[in-house]
Amino acid sequence: MKTDQLISRLAADTPAQRSSPALRLGLAAAASCLLAGAAMMLSFGPRPDFAAAVATWRFDMKFAVTLTLAATAFLLLRRAIYPEGLEQAPFWTIFAAPAILLAAAAVELALLPASTWGVAAVGTNWWHCLALVPAFGLAPLAIGLWALRQGATTRPMLSGFLVGLFAGGVGATFYAANCPDDSPLFVLAWYPVGILALGLVGALAGRRMLRW
Amino acid sequence: MAELMRAALSGDEAAYTSFLRRAANLTRRAVTRRFGSMLASGTEDVVQETLLAVHLKRHTWRIEEPILPWLFTIARYKAIDACRRRGVRVEVPIEDFAEVLAGPDETGRLMEETQHMEMAVGTLSGGQQRVVSSIALEGRTIKETAAALEMKETAVRVAFHRGLSAIAQRFGRPA
Repeated sequence: MKTDQLISRLAADTPAQRSSPALRLGLAAAASCLLAGAAMMLSFGPRPDFAAAVATWRFDMKFAVTLTLAATAFLLLRRAIYPEGLEQAPFWTIFAAPAILLAAAAVELALLPASTWGVAAVGTNWWHCLALVPAFGLAPLAIGLWALRQGATTRPMLSGFLVGLFAGGVGATFYAANCPDDSPLFVLAWYPVGILALGLVGALAGRRMLRW
Repeated sequence: MAELMRAALSGDEAAYTSFLRRAANLTRRAVTRRFGSMLASGTEDVVQETLLAVHLKRHTWRIEEPILPWLFTIARYKAIDACRRRGVRVEVPIEDFAEVLAGPDETGRLMEETQHMEMAVGTLSGGQQRVVSSIALEGRTIKETAAALEMKETAVRVAFHRGLSAIAQRFGRPA
């Protein structure tokens, strides 16, 4: 087909306005939180001493880390939906969550005697953590990839990875409400495994799904 | 161009045609310059794929943002994609990749150039402006322009040359 023919065909297809990709991404994020929250409430629920735990810095630190991760990943995703959006994007912001976690871990190392470091890091049910962070993050990952498909990212793999990190942040936030281990050493040892697994799945899925 | 696209998004078919023609020309120039050696005869395929992508993804242009970075990023994405598809068997020297990696600069230069062209054409009076932008920016022939603007071919020729010399006078030698 000649380019001119293509142009007249495209022009004849009267542009019907579609809703903005940013709006869809926002809705997707809201739906992600609802679904991950529902999954947590319907499966294991928040830990019994939730109200008392909120008063401790270690418990709150977990949310500072996971919410920061979800928020920074979301802000980058808001750029990723546009073709030129990730040019010169502030990718360094994604390191805010790891930085908070590392700082908290450093404080923990200073507070605890060296003999108890191992116990704090291994915690009581790390296998729960490894399974539930990805489990709660699965729906956000799927919804996030769907929302990105409505946009036009020119970095499919990187965008998929960011969706995975967002899903990991949301999944870990709800898992943290259930998780009985609060030591930053435990969080540092186990949370990243599930989150990075979601990131990896997101990157691989993104490479296939987010091309256009 | 942004105005054309805004008009197009609110249903103006003629503006959309104009926009797509300009987009096709800009893409052709940019792709030829940057990827011509790798794509050779495939350049026109990339132009068409870019136009199709522009059409399908037009909702990802934010109407308050400049349109050229959006267009050129899509064109680059499609061109790199086409290079990769061919690159499976074709040996690509590393210098070419370096050039791809250095992409944004080149895109910026093209963008500046295009903006200058548009600005220069914008300084012309109504009739000359329509003729010059139809021929120089949208790549129509003199015949097509005459038909589109309902003018005689000689009148189009005269307006085109007067327009170009007006630009030359104002901005130095025409590009």
